[in-house]
Amino acid sequence: MARTISYREALNEALRQEMHRDSSVIVMGEDNAGGAGAPGADDAWGGVLGVTKGLYHEFPGRVLDTPISESAFVGAAIGAATRGMRPVAELMFIDFMGVCFDQIFNQAAKFRYMFGGKAVTPVVIRTMYGAGLRAAAQHSQSLYPIFTTVPGLKVVVPSSPYEAKGLLAQAIRDDDPVIFCEHKAMYDAVGEVPEESYTIPFGEANIVREGEDVTIVAFGRMVSVAAQAADELAASGVQADVLDPRTTSPLDTESILESVENTGRLVVVDEATPRCNLATDVAALVAKEAFGALRAPIEMVTAPHTPVPFSDALEDLYIPDAQRVVNATKSVVQWQR
Amino acid sequence: MTDERIERVTMPKWGLSMQTGKLTEWLVAEGDVITSGDDLAEIDTDKIAGTLESSWAGVLRKFVAEVGDDVPVGGTIAVIAPPEVPDAEIDTLVEQAREEIASGAIEDAGGPVAGSVEVGGRNIRYTSLGSVSPAEADPVVLVHGYGGDGDSWLFVQEPLSAERTAYTIDLPGHGASTKEVGDGSLRMLADTVLGFLDALELERAHLVGHSLGGAIVTAVAAAAPERVASLSLIAPAGFGDQINADYLRGFASAGSRRELKPHLTALFADPAQATRKLADDLMKFKRLDGVDKALSTLLGTLLAGDAPGIDAATLLEQVTAPLAVVWGRADQVLPVANAEALAGRVEVRVLEAAGHMAHMEQPAEVVAEVRRAIGGG
Repeated sequence: MARTISYREALNEALRQEMHRDSSVIVMGEDNAGGAGAPGADDAWGGVLGVTKGLYHEFPGRVLDTPISESAFVGAAIGAATRGMRPVAELMFIDFMGVCFDQIFNQAAKFRYMFGGKAVTPVVIRTMYGAGLRAAAQHSQSLYPIFTTVPGLKVVVPSSPYEAKGLLAQAIRDDDPVIFCEHKAMYDAVGEVPEESYTIPFGEANIVREGEDVTIVAFGRMVSVAAQAADELAASGVQADVLDPRTTSPLDTESILESVENTGRLVVVDEATPRCNLATDVAALVAKEAFGALRAPIEMVTAPHTPVPFSDALEDLYIPDAQRVVNATKSVVQWQR
Repeated sequence: MTDERIERVTMPKWGLSMQTGKLTEWLVAEGDVITSGDDLAEIDTDKIAGTLESSWAGVLRKFVAEVGDDVPVGGTIAVIAPPEVPDAEIDTLVEQAREEIASGAIEDAGGPVAGSVEVGGRNIRYTSLGSVSPAEADPVVLVHGYGGDGDSWLFVQEPLSAERTAYTIDLPGHGASTKEVGDGSLRMLADTVLGFLDALELERAHLVGHSLGGAIVTAVAAAAPERVASLSLIAPAGFGDQINADYLRGFASAGSRRELKPHLTALFADPAQATRKLADDLMKFKRLDGVDKALSTLLGTLLAGDAPGIDAATLLEQVTAPLAVVWGRADQVLPVANAEALAGRVEVRVLEAAGHMAHMEQPAEVVAEVRRAIGGG
C-alpha cells in the first residue's frame, strides 16, 4: 500500500486493468490515442488529459480516435453499450455535454426502463469539470448536478487517486450509464493506491475526518478543501465530520443523516453554482429528514451564481476555499437563537 | 562528537505505513532509572495507540518530545545516559534533536523491510526487521489470522527484532499476497509457511501464530518438527469447541464500512480500538479483486456449520517444541473457554485486558510469552 501515484495515473491504471480483465471494454473519444498535434499512432500524449497514455498500442483496435463530434461518438458509445460492449467515452469538457443531451438523457438513461429491464447500457462517459485552470466560462463549469437530476444515470465525483481508480473500475463493471466527472485541477494530485484491481461501490460515502461538532459534506475536489478546513478547525477545538459521498447519484443519504443526527449541524461544500446543486439537495434532505436534530441553520459554501470569470483574480475568488469553509463552519457552530 | 555513553530514545516504527507518532503520555519521569523492558511512553499512531517499551538502560536524563508532540519515526524523544555525563552535554544533544525534528531531517530508517517470494505459485509478501542474521539466532516468523495481515504485528515485531530477525508474512488471500487460495485448506496454508522458510533458506524458526495463524503454525510444527524452534499461540483456532460463527460470517460478507464496523468491536476488549482507520484499511483490503472469494473459501476451513472446522489440538499432540499460549479474557471470537482444551499441556497465560487481538491490546505481555517459548518454555 505504500505506492503513491497521481490521479491521472490511477485512472490510466483502472482503464488498463479493466481492458485486460474484459475484452468488451473499449475506449473512444477525441485524441484518445494522440493529442495535442501529434499523430494518433504515435500515442505521444494519451489524449489531451494524458489519461489514456499507452493504451493505444497495448490494446490494438480498442482505443478509437473519433472525429470532433461529441454527439456522434457519445451516441456511438451508447449504441455499442446496448450491443454488448463496455465503452468508455472521453468527452473532454463537461461543458460540451450539451450537444449530446438527447443521447444521454433520452436514450442511455431510459433504455433499461423503457424496454422492461431487458436492455442494459454499460457505458461510461469520462469528462472533466471544474474551475481553476484559467480556462474561462465555457471550459470550467461544475455541471454534475444536471446529470444527478436524471433518473437512470449514475454520477461519480472522485476526490483522490484511490477513489478515482476504484470508482472507475466500478463504473466500467456497472451495467448502467455512468457520468464520471474528473476535476481538471486534480490530475497531478498524488496519493496511495493499491497496485491490484479493486472496486468502490456506488452510494457509499467515505468518512474523511471524524468529529462530533459539525458535519461537512463535500463533493469532488471540494473534499480536500473541506479536509483542510477541518484540520484548521480542529486546531481551534472544533471537530468536524467530513463526508465524501463519492457519487451524487446514488447518494448515500443514510451516512449524511446519521452524521447530522450525531452533530446537529451541517455545512455543504459544492463547487457548482448555487441553484439546484448538490448543496441545495443535501440541505433539503437534512431539513426534511433530520430537522429535529438540527441545532443551527444549514450553511452552504458554493460558487456564486455567475459564469466562471476569465480574470485570474476573480476566478480565484469564485472557487470555494478552505477559509470560506472554516468561516461558514464557525458561524454554524457559534450560532445562537 | 556526541558522548558514546549517551543514548537516544527514538520514535519506533510500528508497521510499514507509520510515518509519525504522537506522544500522548510519558510513563516515566526525568531522572528515573530505566531498564530494558520498562514501559516508557504511550504513543498514538494513525492506526492504533500503543506503549513504547524500553530497549535501553540508564538514567532518563531529559525528555525531548513533550506530550502532544508529533514526532517522525526515528526522531529522538528522550535522552538516556549515566549520571556522570554532564548536563551541558545532554542539553546540547536535546537542542540538536529538537532542531532535527523541526527541520524534517529525520531519515525514515530502521523500519521493517518489505519483500516478496514465490511459494506454491503464489506471490507471498513478507517484511523483515532486525540486524541479527538468521545464521546467528533462529529468526521468528509471525503468522496473522483470518482477515488480517502482517501489519497486525506492528507492536510485536519491533521488540522481538532486538534479539533476532523478526518476519511477518501475508497469508494467501491476505495483505499484498496473491488472493487466490486454492482449496483454502489448513494444509495449503501450512505448506505456504514452510515454503516461505524454504524460500528464505531459514532452516529453523520460532513460529508465532494468531487465531487461524495459530492453527497454521501448529500444523507446521506437526508436519516439520525439525524446522520449528518454538511455538507461540495467541488465541489459536482449532482448540475447544467454541467459535463465533456470526462474527466470521459477518466479517466475510460485510460490503461497506457501515456493515463491517459493528463486527470489528468484537475483536477488542476496548471497543474504542475498532477505529475508523482500521475499518477503512479493512475495507480497502476487502474491495480488492479476489478477496471476497478468498475469505469465503477460508471460511469453509474455519467453520463446519456453526462449529470449529479445524482440529489443531490433535496436531499439537505431535509437537514437542517449547510452547507458550496466550489468550485474552475478553475474546469474543474464540472465547477463552477454549483454552481448557490445552489445560493438560501448557499453562495458558490469560490477559485480563485483552480481547481477540491480544497482540495489539497487550503487546508487551504477548512479547514476554513469546520470549518465554523462545527461551525453552
